[in-house]
Amino acid sequence: MVEHRPRSAAAAPAAEEAARIDIVGLTKRFLTPKGETFTAIRDVTLTVEPGQFCAIVGPTGCGKSTTLAQVSGLERPSAGSVSVGGRIVDGITSGVSYMFQADSLFPWKTVLANVMIGPILLGTPKKEATALAMDWLRRVGLAGFEDRYPHQLSGGMRKRVAMAAALINNPRILLMDEPFGALDVQTKAIMQTELLTLWEELRPSVLFITHDLDEAVALSDRVVIMTSSPGTVKDVFDIDLPRPRGNVQEIRHEERFLDIQGRIWESLRDEVTRAYEQTAGAAA
Amino acid sequence: MTTMTIAEKNNTEKKAGRPASAPLAERETELRVAGRRAHRRRVAWIWAGRVAVAIVVIGGWQWFTSVGWVDKFFYGQPSGIWDSLVHLFTQGTAFGTIWENLWITVQEAFLGFLLGTLLGVVFGILLGSNRYLASVFGPYIKVVNSIPRIVLGSIFIVAFGLGVFPKVLLAAVLVFFVVFFNAFQGVREVDQNLVANVRVLGASPVQVARHVTIPSAMTWIIASLHTAFGFAIIGALVAEVLGAQHGVGLIISQAQGSFDPNTVFACMVIVAVVTLVAEYLITLLEKSLLKWRPPSRSEAQAI
Repeated sequence: MVEHRPRSAAAAPAAEEAARIDIVGLTKRFLTPKGETFTAIRDVTLTVEPGQFCAIVGPTGCGKSTTLAQVSGLERPSAGSVSVGGRIVDGITSGVSYMFQADSLFPWKTVLANVMIGPILLGTPKKEATALAMDWLRRVGLAGFEDRYPHQLSGGMRKRVAMAAALINNPRILLMDEPFGALDVQTKAIMQTELLTLWEELRPSVLFITHDLDEAVALSDRVVIMTSSPGTVKDVFDIDLPRPRGNVQEIRHEERFLDIQGRIWESLRDEVTRAYEQTAGAAA
Repeated sequence: MTTMTIAEKNNTEKKAGRPASAPLAERETELRVAGRRAHRRRVAWIWAGRVAVAIVVIGGWQWFTSVGWVDKFFYGQPSGIWDSLVHLFTQGTAFGTIWENLWITVQEAFLGFLLGTLLGVVFGILLGSNRYLASVFGPYIKVVNSIPRIVLGSIFIVAFGLGVFPKVLLAAVLVFFVVFFNAFQGVREVDQNLVANVRVLGASPVQVARHVTIPSAMTWIIASLHTAFGFAIIGALVAEVLGAQHGVGLIISQAQGSFDPNTVFACMVIVAVVTLVAEYLITLLEKSLLKWRPPSRSEAQAI
């Protein structure tokens, strides 16, 4: 059930399927404005199988978001490589969608236009894109809200729009950077359940960043623990809770859930403490 | 603790004072009527204040000059300004009717406004989205911005003569910097998550500009247009004062030459009306372009 060593990408079978993510020896350094180099992540190696839901958990500032940026191709690695579907990422990877903690909706576009942007950017005719967007709005339960602007919606509704906008192109890879971090607890649980339902229909590979260990265990097939800065993979845990998981709220109380969660927390706790001491030390 | 108990006491007193059997609907209409009355009273007070300010300023001016504490030969007089206005509109000027002259000035200001805005937006977006260009051109733009640009008017008139073009040019130069700095800042403020989002979805640089950068910077650009039109009028007028064959600026400089402050003030009034109309039109444009914005909180007032 639980694997205590990082899985080596070399040991994995040659990637054939397009939705596989292989990260090998990934290192990213930044140049600070003062001209010093700062290592955000060092030698990160992990694999996401096609259609797998993989969560990355780690203390604040351990380079989780940096890892995602390398997978999407928005940034180039300083060393090591990311390959998606067996091809080394070099520039923007096609078939990827991103979801951020902030809504990242266009405040000047209507709900419909926000969801439509994906197909439009791919060159889909406007009529088809509209039909597709209407269908997706219905799927996330927002039929009838097409003409609203984002500021007229609640936080949960905005998240649904963002989810529809991220999934409308049927991406092979979904990158989620603490997507539900800013929501209240009840809305968060509802959104998690809805995400799982949609994910089970489309089955993209998911890389999901979160601070919330409960969320990570409830949603994913694999949980990756990262060390405090500079981030690297500390442990990888496979979660074998049966799918479909159903209501996320209810799993949390099951004994197996608590058991797995407890073990992962053992691994995470040291890192969180160390990260806290680092920042506390810096503040003193 | 004491405040708590006082508040509680007040509450209970209020509750006791209110008839417990009053139906809810009745209380709601009462509240609505009271709210409307408060609103009307506030509006009435604001207008009373405005009228009072106008009476004090214009009336005081008229009074001081007619009593002789202030010399109306140098400082003009409201009644004289009114006579000048009537004269301008009925008799015209030495350079044609006031309408012809006003039309030329408005044309110059408007063309300068368009040219300056266009260049300001293009350069603002270009430099705002390209860090290298911004670093290279940044110091030069600061240098040019610190030059007293009104003086450029003299050079333009020497170079391009007394026609419309040098006026348009001076107005455009004044407008450019206002719009440029706002467009530049607007682009810098673009939500980087949005940019990342559309880039991941496969947007080309042109698509990023069209879907994210330009609409996002639009708030800033439009805010700058209010100030920019004022600058366009200033540019056109100053260039006309420096040398022209037609235009309100020319009327002003002629009136100055013949010690006629009333006509100068009359021209100021006319230009002020034009600027107010332009301001109104820009507000309309702003409302239609920025209808997606949430209503600002200051519009709802606490009662």
